[in-house]
Amino acid sequence: MRNLMALLSGLLFGAGLALSGMMNPARVRGFLDIAGDWDPTLAFVMGGAVLVMALAWALQRRMHRPLACEDFALPGTRLIDARLIGGAALFGVGWGLGGLCPGPAIASLVFHPVSAGVFVVAMLAGMLALRLIDTLRG
Amino acid sequence: MFDWFMQTFPDAQPLHGLAGGVLIGLGGAVMLLGPGRIAGISGMTARVAGLSGGAPWPLAALFLAGLPAGALAMAALIGGIPALFPPSLVLLAIAGLVTGVGTRLGSGCTSGHGVCGLSRLSPRSIVATLTFVATGMMTVALVNALGGGI
Repeated sequence: MRNLMALLSGLLFGAGLALSGMMNPARVRGFLDIAGDWDPTLAFVMGGAVLVMALAWALQRRMHRPLACEDFALPGTRLIDARLIGGAALFGVGWGLGGLCPGPAIASLVFHPVSAGVFVVAMLAGMLALRLIDTLRG
Repeated sequence: MFDWFMQTFPDAQPLHGLAGGVLIGLGGAVMLLGPGRIAGISGMTARVAGLSGGAPWPLAALFLAGLPAGALAMAALIGGIPALFPPSLVLLAIAGLVTGVGTRLGSGCTSGHGVCGLSRLSPRSIVATLTFVATGMMTVALVNALGGGI
C-alpha cells in the first residue's frame, strides 16, 4: 500500500512539474532573472504547492500515524549551520546555471535524454563525491 | 487585474503555474499522509542510488519512477511540454555536479525545502529556500551578463 502511494505521489508530482513550467529551463531561468525580463510563473507554482501542503501539514498534526505506515519519518533537526547554508547556496548556483532542479531533471529524462541525462549523471557524481568526502572525514 | 498582469508579464503562465503547483502539492500531501515521509527528490535520489539511508528502497524508487511517468501523462494530455535547455552539455554537467553536492550538503532541494519545508514553516527550510533562490538569481544575472542566456 505504501509503495502504491509513493508511486501515486510521484505521478502527481511529475504531472505537476510538467504542467507548471518547472521542466522548462528557460522559464526557470526567467523566474530567477529579476534583473532582466522577469517571469513570475514559478511564484505561482510555489504558491499553489505550498498552499496544498500547508493543508496537508494541518491534517498531519491531527494524525497519530500515517495512513500506510506505522510512524511518520520526518526530519526533526532544527540546526541552522554552515553546512545547510553552504549546501543551499551551491544548489542555487546549479539551479541558475542549468535551469533545472533534481525533480524536473529526472522527469525530463524521457523527453530530453541527452541534456537531462548529462545533468542527472553529473548530479549523482556530485552526491557520490560528497558521500566519499564525508566518509573519509569520518 | 489579470489583464494588467498579462500585459506586464506577457511570457508568464500563472494559471498553468498555479494548477501545476497544486498537483505538486497533492503529490507531496500523498507522500506525507500515506507513507508518512517528505517528498524530497534529492534525498530519494540519493536513497535509490545507495548513497544514503532513509526510505525503503522500493518506496523511493517508485516515487522517482512516477516523476517521468506523470510528466509523460501530462504531456499527452496537454499536447507536449515546451522546454528550452542550455545548449552546452559542459554547462549542464557543471550544473548537475554542483546541484548534487549542494543538495546533499544542504539536505534538500526545491521539493524538500521549498515545498514541504516552507509549508511546514521549518526554520531550516526557510533559510535554505531563501539562500538557493538568492544564489540562483545571482548566478542567472552573472550568466546573462556573460552572454550565456537561453
